[in-house]
Amino acid sequence: MQGGAARTVRYTIARWIVVGIFSVLLAFPFYWMLITTFKQTADLYTLENNPFIFNMPPTLDHLRLLFGQTRYLVWVGNTALVGVIVVGITLLLALPAAYALTRLTGKWGENMGIGIFLTYLVPPTLLFIPLSRVVALLGLQDTIWSVVLVYPSFTIPFSIWLLMGFFKSIPRELEDAAMVDGLTRLGAFVKLVVPISISGILTVVIFTFTLVTQEFVYALTFISTESSQMLSVGVPTFLVRGDVYYWGSLMAACLIASVPIAILYNLFLDRFIAGFTVGAIK
Amino acid sequence: MAMRANLPLSAEALPDVAGPPLPPSPATPRVPWRRTPEGRTLLLGVGMFAPAVLYIFALIGVPFVLAFVYAFSDVKVGSVGYHWVGLENFRSILESPSFRKALANSFIFTIVSQILVIVGSTILAFPLRDKFRGRGLVRFLILLPWVAPISLGAIGWKWILDSLYSVINWVLVAMHLFKPYSAPMWLGEPTLAMASVILVQTWRLLPFSTVIILAGLTAIPKEIPEAAEVDGAGFWRKLFQIDLPMMLPIINVAVLFGIIFTFTDMTVVYVLTAGGPYDSTQVLPSLAFFTGVLGGDLSQGAAISLFLVPILVAVTYFMLRMAHKSEVV
Repeated sequence: MQGGAARTVRYTIARWIVVGIFSVLLAFPFYWMLITTFKQTADLYTLENNPFIFNMPPTLDHLRLLFGQTRYLVWVGNTALVGVIVVGITLLLALPAAYALTRLTGKWGENMGIGIFLTYLVPPTLLFIPLSRVVALLGLQDTIWSVVLVYPSFTIPFSIWLLMGFFKSIPRELEDAAMVDGLTRLGAFVKLVVPISISGILTVVIFTFTLVTQEFVYALTFISTESSQMLSVGVPTFLVRGDVYYWGSLMAACLIASVPIAILYNLFLDRFIAGFTVGAIK
Repeated sequence: MAMRANLPLSAEALPDVAGPPLPPSPATPRVPWRRTPEGRTLLLGVGMFAPAVLYIFALIGVPFVLAFVYAFSDVKVGSVGYHWVGLENFRSILESPSFRKALANSFIFTIVSQILVIVGSTILAFPLRDKFRGRGLVRFLILLPWVAPISLGAIGWKWILDSLYSVINWVLVAMHLFKPYSAPMWLGEPTLAMASVILVQTWRLLPFSTVIILAGLTAIPKEIPEAAEVDGAGFWRKLFQIDLPMMLPIINVAVLFGIIFTFTDMTVVYVLTAGGPYDSTQVLPSLAFFTGVLGGDLSQGAAISLFLVPILVAVTYFMLRMAHKSEVV
């Protein structure tokens, strides 16, 4: 028993060393954003100062600059609006499709589901050149509608895949019973399956919304005017004036946008990961 | 990738495939198959997924084909008409030193970062398997790089690696490893710049890979490692002969996604170095962006991005093989 206890202690210490080192390395940039946000400019740019502590009193100047003199809030608004619309389009198209592929089309639907999932792997960097022409032809260049149009092309495939996994776990008998009671197949889907799938739908909503906030390449390609920017592109391109970096405001912008998204995403991450590992874990 | 191109075709071909089932019994009058319950269900099914499939086809299938069409033409921004130029674009990019550099960099960028990611995430996944106090907080901190928007995380790194005010350099100077003002220029010197973008990409993907491996690790039945322990297998032997082999399928999943997310992405490179200094960190996607989107040379840009396709095809092949295997088991 003595040896066992010593081993447990050793194991706990080893665990905290590994976990501690990785946590610090991975989270450090966010800590750095936080401390930079509240430091006075003179404090940031004095090489003799210890950068890990406040050598001068903290300040809100960078936040004032960010909210008062930049388009940051406009970009937040653009991103939220695009997020909401893309979530709507995604649910409207992915819910019926996922249901049809799990319930109505048999084995063949399963294979098609895999095929649809694979389209999620086709990267924006392969499609952005032709799409930039399509967007220009439709007159959507430099408006948020360009990304509203294009984003569902990658949120729908993954959402279908997630929802298919979800619908499979609903017992068939439930729908059969409802249909015996006089509901049509479509009625059973709308009145029975959708309401009991709320948690699956919520996962899709969060997942779609975070993908919209994270996307960079399409937003960079289609939108170049400052007032139509999405957050992910506006911050790294328009908060830099000429060659001057306003590091305090930049870090504030990054931190304020990152943390809420990170918290939301974190809540639903396990289901999202289940989408990637289906098949490999059984 | 042929898979995706075929999707809509198979959707239309469906009624023919499923059309002539159910030989009508002689007693009942002949009913067209679409009036039968099976036929109706199938038609409803097709109606329900057709909008999604058409959307995906229009915005992934069509541009995918267009990328090939452009690559064999001389299309520029604002040009009209289409002129077939054969392999001209490929000949000219293969001769360009920027392209060769970008091709080599793409492989270095992907291979080195993925090796670091896999080693790091495997090490990290083991301690995270057990429940312990503070695990929720640790998980949140570890996941931050993956769940926060990457362009913003990369900006954070740009400040950490700043030429003058880098905190890393401050530490190096404080430890007397470098003299003030002579510390490394992380993003300004070719080798260091490449190392920097690789490390930031590793930082970005490590959490994703960790949670995937963690999911696989939790699925390994606890009895097998315990039985091995009873049989006297030591830590290392248990690790290499039992744990790692059992984790191999899930590690494969993490690697395949990691390759796609790295080989085809340009966000870290674009934000940190924009491909510089002197193309030393240029990768295929960023070169395609600078040539095709900013430079307006759509045909050359498309030709460059087509070099991503072989990697996509290979990864897709391995994924399908794994999906197939897991169904058999």
